[in-house]
Amino acid sequence: MIEIRNLSKRYGDSTVIDNVSLDLADAGITAIIGPNGAGKSTLLGMISRLQSIDAGTVHIDGLDITATPSMTLARKLAILRQENQISTRLRVIDLVTFGRYPYCKGRPGPEDLEQVQRALAFLNLDDLAQRFLDTLSGGQRQRAYIAMVLCQDTDYVLLDEPLNNLDMKHAVDIMQLMQRASQAMGKKVIIVLHDINFAACYADDIVALQNGKLAFQGHPEALITADKMKALYDIDMTIERFKGRPIGLYYA
Amino acid sequence: MMRALKRLSPAARLAWVGLLTVLAGVAFMTWNVRAGWAFTLPFRGEKLVAIALVGYCIAISTVLFQTLTHNRILTPGIMGFDALYLLLQSVLVFSLGNLFYVQINAQLKWLLDVAVMTGAVCALYYWLFVRQRRDLHLLVLVGLIFGVLFRSFTSLITRMMDPAEFDALQDVMFASFNQIDGSLLGISLLVAAIVSALLWRARYAYDVLNLGDDPAITLGLDQRTLVMRTLVGIAILVSIATALVGPVTFFGLLVANLAYALAGTHQHRYVLPLAGLLATAILIGGQAILEHLLHFGTGLSILIEFGGGLFFILLVIRQGRRS
Ligand SMILES: Nc1ncnc2c1ncn2[C@@H]1O[C@H](COP(=O)(O)OP(=O)(O)OP(=O)(O)O)[C@@H](O)[C@H]1O
Ligand SMILES: [Mg+2]
Repeated sequence: MIEIRNLSKRYGDSTVIDNVSLDLADAGITAIIGPNGAGKSTLLGMISRLQSIDAGTVHIDGLDITATPSMTLARKLAILRQENQISTRLRVIDLVTFGRYPYCKGRPGPEDLEQVQRALAFLNLDDLAQRFLDTLSGGQRQRAYIAMVLCQDTDYVLLDEPLNNLDMKHAVDIMQLMQRASQAMGKKVIIVLHDINFAACYADDIVALQNGKLAFQGHPEALITADKMKALYDIDMTIERFKGRPIGLYYA
Repeated sequence: MMRALKRLSPAARLAWVGLLTVLAGVAFMTWNVRAGWAFTLPFRGEKLVAIALVGYCIAISTVLFQTLTHNRILTPGIMGFDALYLLLQSVLVFSLGNLFYVQINAQLKWLLDVAVMTGAVCALYYWLFVRQRRDLHLLVLVGLIFGVLFRSFTSLITRMMDPAEFDALQDVMFASFNQIDGSLLGISLLVAAIVSALLWRARYAYDVLNLGDDPAITLGLDQRTLVMRTLVGIAILVSIATALVGPVTFFGLLVANLAYALAGTHQHRYVLPLAGLLATAILIGGQAILEHLLHFGTGLSILIEFGGGLFFILLVIRQGRRS
């Protein structure tokens, strides 16, 4: 359980996260949606101790994140940020192996290497394992980063727009993989999505942010409605149904 | 040939560079011996150890500084270490007079140099990181500005000096591998060994830090503590090198980047020793050629700075083209 209480963050005069309180359950997929600049990445950054907290608290399984050793948190929570820039030249397999660092401290044993192989296979990266990251396409690189995060084998997996750069097949693959991870392995997946239809199809729970405030939290069924989408994104949307889930049409 | 080189494992590459270093050392020790072995071996031996230590300190501090800053064209020099060293020397010369300055107990002065330079970094760090909670890039920037400030102070002070004092200062303003004070070697070696042992323990953590600050924290690294400890270690190593031979700016850049290219891996447990060995091999080999083949007394520091500076310009041009 991730408990967020009265969380705030300010940059100068502007408040980018404004008194947000939120509970994220132990399992299932939570999608975070909202317009550009709503504060989604900032919220994720604060939950994962990468960005400082100005006011409020975050507890993960009862542990206050500001008072818990970083290494303990590294075995509970992994995050993929929206932007990833690595200055060294790394092979895909080396990057993914870094995901085992919280367990092996740089000296991977047979079990660690097995996890690495499994993560590579999960993301269709077997053939690319020995390639350097800077020789990959944007989508292939994104998959390598996701493999690293999965390799960290944490209960909580935070992904900030992981579908960036992915083609349709790989986007669907990733979402199905996350669904399996949450259903079969009991992982909690918190994922920032811009495509609300992916959120509608896969999320058990949707959190909508607007101007740093919590606009809504609830089941997709309750959130994906024409009124709410108009209020959140200021866009006219037609809601249809597909495989028992709401689908928003907004392309024209 | 290139193929075969590419297939070499990092350990084999390390061994080859090690062999090169040993060869350079042997050449330096045994080439052109005229004065009899009993005199030559201890005389050259002391110089060999000193040059090796300086090269090692410069290489390790540069590689680690680049790891901390995620930037391959920076050296610790950018934080104004050499400027602070020069300011310290000019203040000493000016306040004590050149006669007294030359006579100061060498160990005492060494201790003062190292303490002031390390202390300055710690103070700056404490102020920026702990009190203001700012990041490393601001620290580097502030160091850069302090460097300019120190340089201006130095030139102000030298303007007020009499010519004899200025002359004494000139001797320390430029790096020299020929007037290394042997009495400082013992303590320098000891301190460098202790610092290296402490830094070596974090060799896997540095690999993680190389990924960037965010991934490092995500993977459980206590990034602030590691950065702080490493900075202190860098400050001590730079101080040791500077106190022995004077300010060396670009050489670290050259060996660090050569080491990345030759190591064939990102892992610090290979890159660090390789950079240390490479720096030693270049300095000692260069000194052997200059001294015993070309019979130049001085000039190594000028040559390596020239080479390093040229390399720096190349790096900047290449980066500019890439982006
Ligand atoms: N370092 C900073 N200084 C000032 N403002 C910042 C800083 N970082 C973020 N912001 C502001 O905080 C707000 C929230 O940013 P955040 O990155 O969390 O948005 P987001 O919801 O992830 O948007 P997107 O969908 O575009 O990724 C934005 O208005 C942004 O301009
Ligand atoms: Mg974002």
